[in-house]
Amino acid sequence: MSRELRVSKIKEGTVIDHIDAGRALHVLRILGLTGSEGLVIAIVMNVPSKKLGRKDIVKVEGIELREDQVNKIALIAPSATINIIRDYEVVEKVRVRVPERIEGLLKCVNPNCITNQPREPIKPRFKVASLRPLKLVCEYCGAELGQEDIIAQFTKGG
Amino acid sequence: MSWKVGAVLRGRDVLSILDFDRHELERVFEEADLMLRALEEGRRLSILEGYVMATAFFEPSTRTKLSFQTAMLRLGGAYIDLPPEHASSRAKGENFADTIRMLDSYADVIVIRHRLEGAARFAAEVAEHPVINGGDGTRDHPTQAMIDLYTIRRALGRVDGLTVGVLGDLRYGRAARSFILGLTIYQPKKLYLISPPQLSCRHEVLEKLEEKGVDYEEVGSLDQVVSELDVLYVTRIQRERFPDPVEYEKVRGSYRVSSEVLKEAKESLVILHPLPRVDELAFDVDATGHAWYFRQASFGVPIRMALLKLVLRG
Repeated sequence: MSRELRVSKIKEGTVIDHIDAGRALHVLRILGLTGSEGLVIAIVMNVPSKKLGRKDIVKVEGIELREDQVNKIALIAPSATINIIRDYEVVEKVRVRVPERIEGLLKCVNPNCITNQPREPIKPRFKVASLRPLKLVCEYCGAELGQEDIIAQFTKGG
Repeated sequence: MSWKVGAVLRGRDVLSILDFDRHELERVFEEADLMLRALEEGRRLSILEGYVMATAFFEPSTRTKLSFQTAMLRLGGAYIDLPPEHASSRAKGENFADTIRMLDSYADVIVIRHRLEGAARFAAEVAEHPVINGGDGTRDHPTQAMIDLYTIRRALGRVDGLTVGVLGDLRYGRAARSFILGLTIYQPKKLYLISPPQLSCRHEVLEKLEEKGVDYEEVGSLDQVVSELDVLYVTRIQRERFPDPVEYEKVRGSYRVSSEVLKEAKESLVILHPLPRVDELAFDVDATGHAWYFRQASFGVPIRMALLKLVLRG
């Protein structure tokens, strides 16, 4: 068992499990974690998973992520689970849920959308039109973003 | 009922025809009837005396801008007009939001037209005063849709139960799109979407038709359905919306409405067109009883009078 354990247990913090394989770095990006915050972060990628075949895991020590933060992860890792750890024990375990509104995280795919104008004080804002398959609609121009558009945005220069 | 609806419209932004429900549209139309009567009787109105409207047209317009300005003047109000780009601060690099903020501090209502989609919604977020969308990008033109529905109501007394054909550029034309969406607020008997495949209705509009239970059918030519129609809405194939000029040349002229094509039509058929037309609607139709498009354009003034009155005063 211990030979399987690639990263040791954390005392306090958050473990994001069941991330689609290869997307852990994008998850960190969505959370706005760059490593320069000084937090201890462990990333495990492409490990075997019963549920997903292969999966990624992210462990962040010292902080408990807020619900609105983790829900954004659902945009690229719909199966992810969030485990809040206190004193080495899982005290809370939740599945991520796509938030009803996504603001500022994604760009609109329509080049003629007002949100793509430089020098305007505007943040792109989307509402969820469908969960499966994931489909977001720009609140300004009505353009639709599918799962592939969303992943492409996070992986571009990722 | 009407009073309450009027009160609800006060201070409202007018961004998409779908922002309105049937009661609210009917309230606008009732008010437009009153305005039309006042115009016909030559009465001078002072309902909006002391109010200022700003027109900010970042894209060319004839009818929309002039009819809004006329509407405001006819109600005793005044307007200010944003000068063309080269003559204004935008030439110095002023952004859109700052321009809107400035207009918002001068005027009681802002009418905006912009080539970018969502510009009116953004302006409404920036401005404290109501914003009326005079057309943005390829999407919304709510006041045009109101004029269209109002014209049908004047011509045939109702919108429900009618067989309506929409012909031409259903993909890039915001007037056609807004009109089709406006029909979903009513219960037409049947809706024919008549266009070449490359200009067919976008799927989100079709989804809306399905959601609202509108019986629609996409057809490739007018001949197939002309005899069934109560209303035919003809739109210009807009050159400026076409990504590829070669594609534009291919389709122009192939959807031309002439008195010859209309031989099979019902005598009571009402033809609408948001204008300007190029060659999709022959001049020989003008002399027929079907031609409602000039009256339709003239209704731009009473409809916009009604809307300005309701938005500013309830």
